[in-house]
Amino acid sequence: MFTELNSILNTSPDSFTQGEFILVSDRQSDASFLIHHFLSFYLRARCKVCFLGLAQSFCHYGAVSQRLGVSLTQAKEKGQLVFFEGLKECLSVLLPKENNAESGAMNFLRDPPVGLRSLYEFVRSSVIGSGSMEEGAEQWGPNVLLVDDLSVLLSLGVDVGAVLDFSHYCRALVCSQIQGNMVMLVRCNEEEDDDDGDEGSEVLLKGLIHQCNLNLHVQGLPTGYCKDIHGQMEVCWKRRQGDAPHMQKNLFQYKVHDKGASFFARGTSSAVL
Amino acid sequence: MAAPMNSVGKTSADRLQANCTSFQKKTRSKLISIPGTRPSVQNGQLLVSTGVTSLDYLLGGGLAVGTVLLIEEDRFDSYSRMILKYFLAEGVVCQHELFVATAQDNPDEILQELPAPILDDVAVPKPVEQPRPTGEPQDSLDAMTIAWRYQNLPKVQSALASSSRFGHYYDVSKTMEAEIRQAAKCHRFYLPDHITPSSAAHSARVESYSALLKSLQEVIHREGFDLATPMSKSRNILRVGLHSLGSALWGDDLCCHDKPRHSHALTTFLYGLRALLRSSLSVAVVTLPSHLIQDRALMGNITRLCDNAIALESFKGSERETNPLYKDYHGLLFVRQVPHLNCLARQLPDHKDLAFKLKRKQFTIERLHLPPDLSDTASRVSRGEPVGVASACGSGASGTKNLDF
Repeated sequence: MFTELNSILNTSPDSFTQGEFILVSDRQSDASFLIHHFLSFYLRARCKVCFLGLAQSFCHYGAVSQRLGVSLTQAKEKGQLVFFEGLKECLSVLLPKENNAESGAMNFLRDPPVGLRSLYEFVRSSVIGSGSMEEGAEQWGPNVLLVDDLSVLLSLGVDVGAVLDFSHYCRALVCSQIQGNMVMLVRCNEEEDDDDGDEGSEVLLKGLIHQCNLNLHVQGLPTGYCKDIHGQMEVCWKRRQGDAPHMQKNLFQYKVHDKGASFFARGTSSAVL
Repeated sequence: MAAPMNSVGKTSADRLQANCTSFQKKTRSKLISIPGTRPSVQNGQLLVSTGVTSLDYLLGGGLAVGTVLLIEEDRFDSYSRMILKYFLAEGVVCQHELFVATAQDNPDEILQELPAPILDDVAVPKPVEQPRPTGEPQDSLDAMTIAWRYQNLPKVQSALASSSRFGHYYDVSKTMEAEIRQAAKCHRFYLPDHITPSSAAHSARVESYSALLKSLQEVIHREGFDLATPMSKSRNILRVGLHSLGSALWGDDLCCHDKPRHSHALTTFLYGLRALLRSSLSVAVVTLPSHLIQDRALMGNITRLCDNAIALESFKGSERETNPLYKDYHGLLFVRQVPHLNCLARQLPDHKDLAFKLKRKQFTIERLHLPPDLSDTASRVSRGEPVGVASACGSGASGTKNLDF
């Protein structure tokens, strides 16, 4: 986990608000480093994590988490982490064999209009079904759902409405019903006004921003490419205090390095000063 | 910062067998050396050479095993096809196995056009021009008197190259001899052999991609490239070359319509390809005629599903071909995406304005460096065309030597 990001968000593994939906979004950039941060953060906070890793393989997440100080294989063995590896499951659907048992969570690959119902059932069973496990198992903290990333589902042919339904169902289950947290990553392309080809991801982004409590939006620098500053991140809180919800926005620039990421106010990068 | 390979020795050795991907860092005891590969100095990835040393440098030392390189074709598919041939030729020289899939030309035609390797030059590295370190005292002749603030900056190093050699050089004017070529094992996938046109036209999905994926998986399983098979026998790398994916000849209408019917067929295929590659010792190069795809968002999706992505734009046929500014180069090269594999940081290129040139013995990628135009006639017009008149008031003199006032 990134210590600077923890201080920006006013959280720590010992104390964080529950029932939150954190949306990580990016435009023409790659915000997956934030997913690695949240994964190691919640594993350190001894939460029970359900991770839908659709974009990369398990070894990739494991290697990055190792550098951040958390072992995914150990967490999986202890039962703290339920990992869904999209790449492995998809092969059993795309290239079916007779004696191959598939979990069925990626049914939408065979028939996109079916929607993400089976994926939601997988999430539900891993989040709720664990409550009645053996008594000798360790007690973990609140449940957390991490999704990396939703745009892969759009690329695989799932309808935008189905993805929004899926996120809504997961939010109702994880955030409201069992007071856990949810972190989702969605990736967009460049904004174009007269473009009706990318309606999908723009609609998805707007719908998710409406549903979330905290939005971390990652973009490239508006002034162009720089090797030392990898981009800017906008943090947007939606607090519902009292009657009027108010929004608070902060803008930071960041640089990703081997063992983490550093965040700083605009113009205060060490490369510049 | 560099992560040396033997420092990760904490991982147990038997993780190599069970359901792991090709990104598993190999521990010291189980270090298998596959000819033609080397570990990356940055993060311990197993790398292969693409056949073009400048491209290897751009990609951070080479192409990582288990990843996909997407090449967006130039307009006439000349240079992207050349890079694909370099990639396959490098595989022949390193004794890797090849898998070539095409829909347009027979794979044998591509294989017969592979450039001949220059095997004498392997041992001799080319001298690389190093930038002058800043602390060195300059010669008095070189000392700048006017622009002295720029004195200590390093000289512009245009050529992209690293100090250690990896990969071979090829002579483009000759084709590879048949004996060398036939020594390498090559699997072919020629689409018209697998799909009859009538069945493809009426299907709801694009069958060609699933046939290709199935064929690739069969080859991987049969020849033992899968990581799940035990490590007893010697391992090799499978190089996959997919030519002009997404074009109409694959049965896909991405390049024909603004709103294609099967807009997700290619992205689903690329997802399946990524799944296959991550779980085997293979590496893929895919060329795609992106200039035919109108939907930029779809291009963004395709790029995100591949790991490395570059785009080529050749000057042939455009007005830049005759522009003296670009006379040293054959085209521009754009780096669209660089992956981060097994680590947080990615190896970003230093500069984003790159140009390439295909010489007889080398395909060079250089930083596009436009020197200042020091000719007498270049006053204000920077287009490089000969400046006709430095117009004196009143007279329409065509020469610049005799200005009458």
